[in-house]
Amino acid sequence: MNIIAHKKALPEKKLMDSKTMGKELSEKNNTEDIVLQVKDVTISYSGTPAVNNVSLKIPERRITAIIGPSGCGKSTLLRSFNRMNDFVPEATVEGQVLYRDIDLYASNVDPVEVRRKIGMVFQKPNPFPKSIFQNVAWGPLINGLRKDINERVEKSLRAAALWDEVKDRLKDSAMALSGGQQQRLCIARALAMEPEIILMDEPCSALDPVSTTRIEDLMYELKQQYTIVIVTHNMQQASRVSKFTAFFEAGNLVEFGETENIFTHPTNKRTEEYVTGRFG
Amino acid sequence: MISRSLTYRYWFARIFHGFCFVVAWAGVVILGILLFHVTCEGIQWFDLQFLSNFPSRFPEKAGIHSALFGTLWLMGFTALFSVPIGIGSGLYLEEFMHKNRFSRFIDLNISNLAGVPSIVYGMLGLVIFVRWFGLEQSVLAGSMTMSLLILPVIIISTREALRSVPNTIRQAAFALGTTRWQTTYAHVLPAALPGILTGIILALSRAIGETAPLVMIGALTYVAFTPEGPMDDFTALPIQIFNWASRPQQEFHELAAAGILVLLLALLMMNSIAVYIRHKSEKRNP
Repeated sequence: MNIIAHKKALPEKKLMDSKTMGKELSEKNNTEDIVLQVKDVTISYSGTPAVNNVSLKIPERRITAIIGPSGCGKSTLLRSFNRMNDFVPEATVEGQVLYRDIDLYASNVDPVEVRRKIGMVFQKPNPFPKSIFQNVAWGPLINGLRKDINERVEKSLRAAALWDEVKDRLKDSAMALSGGQQQRLCIARALAMEPEIILMDEPCSALDPVSTTRIEDLMYELKQQYTIVIVTHNMQQASRVSKFTAFFEAGNLVEFGETENIFTHPTNKRTEEYVTGRFG
Repeated sequence: MISRSLTYRYWFARIFHGFCFVVAWAGVVILGILLFHVTCEGIQWFDLQFLSNFPSRFPEKAGIHSALFGTLWLMGFTALFSVPIGIGSGLYLEEFMHKNRFSRFIDLNISNLAGVPSIVYGMLGLVIFVRWFGLEQSVLAGSMTMSLLILPVIIISTREALRSVPNTIRQAAFALGTTRWQTTYAHVLPAALPGILTGIILALSRAIGETAPLVMIGALTYVAFTPEGPMDDFTALPIQIFNWASRPQQEFHELAAAGILVLLLALLMMNSIAVYIRHKSEKRNP
C-alpha cells in the first residue's frame, strides 16, 4: 500500500491520535505533534537483543537526540526508523514503529517508500563519486521528480548552506570537497527528496569543530521544516541542538524527556552520571 | 652490544632474504631466456607475408592468415557469450541473492570450476555443442566451449570487483528510497566497472592461448580460408603453432616460433590494456 495515500486518508485522525498518545507518554511532550512512535521495539542480531523493549515518541519539527555510550543500541534503533536494518540479514525487529498511523514493519509497507519519506545522513560523509549536481539530483530524478530539477538542486543546496560555496562548480566531482562540505552535500542530497524526517547517525563525528558548528547551525534552521533525530556521542552537541533527549544504556531506554531536564535535573542516577561525564 | 641469539636471528633473516631474491629472479630470468630464444628463432620469418599468407607445405610460403582470423572470430564470439552471462551471474550472486547454505554451495562450485583442466571443458564441448547441438567443428562450437572455460573466471572477478565497492555508497543510495536495481545500476556497477573489465580481459587472454579444448572439439589444423560466418570451420593460433611444432623440419619449428611471437604480442597488448584500465580507475578514486 502506498504510504502517502495512506497518510492523506487520515489527516484529522492523526492530530487527535497524537494528542491522546502524548498523554500516556511523559507529561513533558504531550503538547507536541507526534510524527514517529516507537512501541515496544526489540531489535536482535542473531537472537541477541541490541535494543530492548523500547517505547519512544518523536515529536514533529523538533530535534530529538539519542545519546548513550558506545554499543548501547542507539544507531541500531535509528536505523530501524527507515528500515535500513533490512540490509543486515541477522537483524530482526519486533514491536511497532508507527509513522503517523502506519506501522513501518507491516507487511504491506514498501521499505523503498519508507525511505523516500524518512531520509538519512550517515556517520562518515558518503557522497557518490560523481558531480555535485548529480549527487543532489539523482534521488529526485530516479523517483520521477524530473520537473524543475535545477531549481530543486539549488533549493536543497541553499537549505544545506552549501550553495554559495559550490554554485560555480556544480559539475565538479563531489570528492574534491572538504569533509564538512561533503557532509552538507549529503544533507542536501537527503533534503532533495523532501522527506518529512531526517535521521542523522553521528553526522559530525568525522568533522572538525568548525564544520561541526556549521552543521549544528544548519540543523537549527532545518527544524523549522523537518523532524530531525540525531544520534550523537557528543553530549554537548545534544544539549546544544536538541529539544528532547533519550538516554540509552545497554539497549535499554533509561530516560527520555526535554533536553533541559535531562541535563539539569535527570531523574535517573545513571543518566546523571553519564551527562556529568562520570562514565561513557 | 649484540647478544648471540640476535646475531643468529640476523643471519637467518639474511639467508631468507637471499633465498627470496634468488627465487624471484629465477622466474624472470627463465622467462627472459625463453623469450630471447623464441625471438631469435622466429624473427626471420616474422614479416607481413607471414601475417597475410595461408598455411602451406612450403615453409617459405606458409603464413598464419587463417589462424589469426580464426582466433579473432573465436575471441569475438567467446566475448559475446561469456561477458553478459558472466557479469549477470556475478551481479546476481553478489548483489541480489540471499546468502544461505545454497549460495555458499554455489560459491564453492564456481571456484572449483575455475580450476577444472581445460581439456575437460573440451570434452564437454565435444559432447554438447559438436554432437548434441550438431554444430560440427564450427567457430560457434569453439567459442561456446571457450565461454564455458572462462565463465567461472569472469564471474569470480566480477564478484571481487563488486565486493570492493564500499557499502557506504549502497547505503547512501538506498537511503534516498531507491530499489536495489536502481542502486546497482547507477552506483555500484559504474564503480566496479574497471575491475570487471580487467577481469574480462585477463579471462580472454587466457582463452586466446588455450589449445586443448579446441583440439578436443576437433578444430582443423590446416585451413586455407578465413571463416565467413559462425558456422564455418576454423583454426586458431595455438593450433597452428602446435601443428608446425610437431613437424620434423627445422623451418617449420622456426615458423612456430614466429607464431608464438604473434600470440605473445596479442597477449601483451591485452594485458597492457587491463593494466591501463586499472591504473586509470585508481587515479580517479584514490
